[in-house]
Amino acid sequence: MKAYALFRKDLHSELRTRYAVNSLAMFIIVAISVILFSIGQEKINENLTAGLFWVVIFFSAMSGLARAFVSEEERGTALTLQLIAAPSTVFSGKLIFNIVLVFAMNTIISLLYAALFESFVIKNFPLFFTTFVLGNIGLAVSSTIIAAIIAKAGSKGTLYPVLSFPILLPLILTSVSLTLSSIDGTSFAESIFEIAIVACYDVIMISAAYMLFDFIWKD
Amino acid sequence: MIWKIGLFLLLSFVSIAGITFPIVENPVSWYQFPLIPGLEENAKIIFFHVPTAWLTVIAFLMSTIFSIKYLRKRNLDDDAKSYAAAQLGIIFCILATVTGAVWAKFAWGSFWSWDPRQTSIFALLLIYGAWFALRSAIEQEDKRAALSAVYSIIAFITVPFFIFVMPRIMAGLHPGSADDTNSGPVIDFKMNGNMQLIFFLSLIGFTILYFWMWKIGYRSLLLKEKINKQYIRG
Repeated sequence: MKAYALFRKDLHSELRTRYAVNSLAMFIIVAISVILFSIGQEKINENLTAGLFWVVIFFSAMSGLARAFVSEEERGTALTLQLIAAPSTVFSGKLIFNIVLVFAMNTIISLLYAALFESFVIKNFPLFFTTFVLGNIGLAVSSTIIAAIIAKAGSKGTLYPVLSFPILLPLILTSVSLTLSSIDGTSFAESIFEIAIVACYDVIMISAAYMLFDFIWKD
Repeated sequence: MIWKIGLFLLLSFVSIAGITFPIVENPVSWYQFPLIPGLEENAKIIFFHVPTAWLTVIAFLMSTIFSIKYLRKRNLDDDAKSYAAAQLGIIFCILATVTGAVWAKFAWGSFWSWDPRQTSIFALLLIYGAWFALRSAIEQEDKRAALSAVYSIIAFITVPFFIFVMPRIMAGLHPGSADDTNSGPVIDFKMNGNMQLIFFLSLIGFTILYFWMWKIGYRSLLLKEKINKQYIRG
């Protein structure tokens, strides 16, 4: 239950400053309005909508998720955490926090997309929901482990998307095609292979992240 | 020394044979290659392009293996070996991308068309680039070794998605894709014996060349470190 306590601690310190939530919300609004300005009056097709949806998700994640570990290094509290909890517990706590953040962020993005983009109409909702859940978990896990690397590397801000993108690419490519399928109204059975890929990705990333976190965390 | 001359002769033979042996419809002599429908003269790139792509993955694999070894033993020599493998890997990765793009211009009509194979080699290029960016960002030696080792392991486990899964689910133009009916799956393609022989000789030759280059690479890295340490002490 220590992981949950760590999550509570992160949540409290987040609610006190609201740094990540505020900057994420503003980032989402800015990114979507840039897309809307560039589209203008043009009606874009489903293919582009599905791609742009994940572009916004990727860059929003990159702007917000590094905080979890970078803030510990900045405040100099990483050593205390090392003393009071096992590495896997620390990772669990941070992972829960990031998963909650990703789910909140992507729900807002999806709602904004549904409201603002004419072509973003989900015909197969169960498929979209499955993609959404599995994709968010994968996104949170990969971003959390890369955030840990970045925090130890001296929190180089520009390096975060550079390191995360190749790791997230299989997830993003499959999620884009799944989102496109759910907009097109393709049946669940036809997309089962893609869903299996995303599920595999999640499982592989979770196990690798837990195995490797020890080496990042302990200097 | 003998094997170096042997390797030189082998690679010269492969290069000359790969470029000059004619492609005919019904091969009779030992030096004639069969005609593969849909590939024709373009098929000859297989002797040079496939080994580079193969070595890209081998280099990545070796870099990851030495990363794992570093994390277990904490020996900085393993880090140097991993680094030398990755240095060669990025060179072969660029070569595979460029030769593939030039071939695509003649076979498909454009240099780049986001075929699944092109996407995966591009992702490998990005991984290598990110890995070197991460290494250059960290000053402290053991920290750099540990973090880049972890990153290379995480990156390596995504590679099967690119190499084996993506080309199978996306429709592609590359020989060996899921919907390829012309030239079939890559391994049992319609090559005759001598074409296969030269192909495998080329693979073996390039692999030996890679290991030779890798050995020189990591030995020079170790020597550089040694000289640096002497310089600091003296």
